[in-house]
Amino acid sequence: MLAEQSLKDRVLEILSHVPDPEIPCVSVVDLGIVRDVRGDAVVITPTYTGCPATVAIEADIRTALDRAGFAAMKIETTLSPPWTTDWISAEGCEKLRAYGIAPPVKTAPECPRCGSTHTEEISRFGSTPCKSLHRCLDCREPFDRFKCH
Amino acid sequence: MAHDPKLLDHALRLGDDSLILGQRLSEWCGHAPMLEVDLALANIGLDLIGQATHFLKLAGEVEGKGRDTDALAFRRDVLDFKNCLLVEQPNGDFAQTIARQFLFSNWQELLFHELCAAPEPRLVAIAQKAVKEVAYHARYANEWVVRLGDGTEESRARMIAGLDWMWRFVDELFDADGGTPSLRGEWDARIAATLGEAKLETPKARRGVKGGRAGHHSEHLGHLLTEMQFLQRAYPDAVW
Repeated sequence: MLAEQSLKDRVLEILSHVPDPEIPCVSVVDLGIVRDVRGDAVVITPTYTGCPATVAIEADIRTALDRAGFAAMKIETTLSPPWTTDWISAEGCEKLRAYGIAPPVKTAPECPRCGSTHTEEISRFGSTPCKSLHRCLDCREPFDRFKCH
Repeated sequence: MAHDPKLLDHALRLGDDSLILGQRLSEWCGHAPMLEVDLALANIGLDLIGQATHFLKLAGEVEGKGRDTDALAFRRDVLDFKNCLLVEQPNGDFAQTIARQFLFSNWQELLFHELCAAPEPRLVAIAQKAVKEVAYHARYANEWVVRLGDGTEESRARMIAGLDWMWRFVDELFDADGGTPSLRGEWDARIAATLGEAKLETPKARRGVKGGRAGHHSEHLGHLLTEMQFLQRAYPDAVW
């Protein structure tokens, strides 16, 4: 029987290899979807209320836990406190930028290609609920931005 | 869990409003005037269906008869739906859809702010999560009301006609019986501010239509349900 802390570390390590189904460069841990690991359960929270990836995320976590020998561990979903982009790890933000998605910073979005802050919003709603669509006014490339939420 | 009919009714009203408007917006998917609008309406619809999932799950738990979200969404008939009449109104043209969203989202944002301080913790959890998303919906609708109202002669005429169609369903939102009379003042002020910016007049008061909260719906809801519920009616318990 693993001690509580080392069990938690072990499970978090496993889940840090479970990619988000829509944005596979970041894991469910990077995004702050995994809120807690207790003795018998992993606690997760949805990002957006209507995000269709929520079901896939739970299934992927289930598969990863089962494969690693944690079939007895339950998955609990909590809504409160509500998820916020402040929970995305610094490492997660860096991975987003490298992937071509501007991370959710409060300042003007930076073009993930040329680094310019000279950008404009094209649409507040993008290809997934968590992203908006922008255009760089210097290199002229369009890009996605993870919305501050 | 002890049966709480008031909470059950409350959760059903909230869930049905979101579900029916989410379904209405999904009708635009692939048909919107431009790609960004298509994305936006589909995203707003998804948020609403997400809210409905949480509210109807709560309703099923409170009812205690083993009905889950799907059973409540797909196995109830029109008289059992508790949504307001506004959300079931047809999309019409884009301006009519925006008019409905404008009136509804501004109300829902105020409503969810109020729910964040409700005594029932499960309602609070849903409202706290959803209120951030609804703020986007209201802002989106407000911006389009201004763009269309203060746009071309054609867009202005259509915006006026859209508001005119939807306006008779406003009073139901604030009805003393099942509505939120305390939010009327703040809602009126928000609506007037955006209409002012759009150089539009507030539509004249007229006798409001109500009945949705009691299950008395317009003919439009039945048609919507036939499409939304078709699969579960034809193939009960079908799963992906």
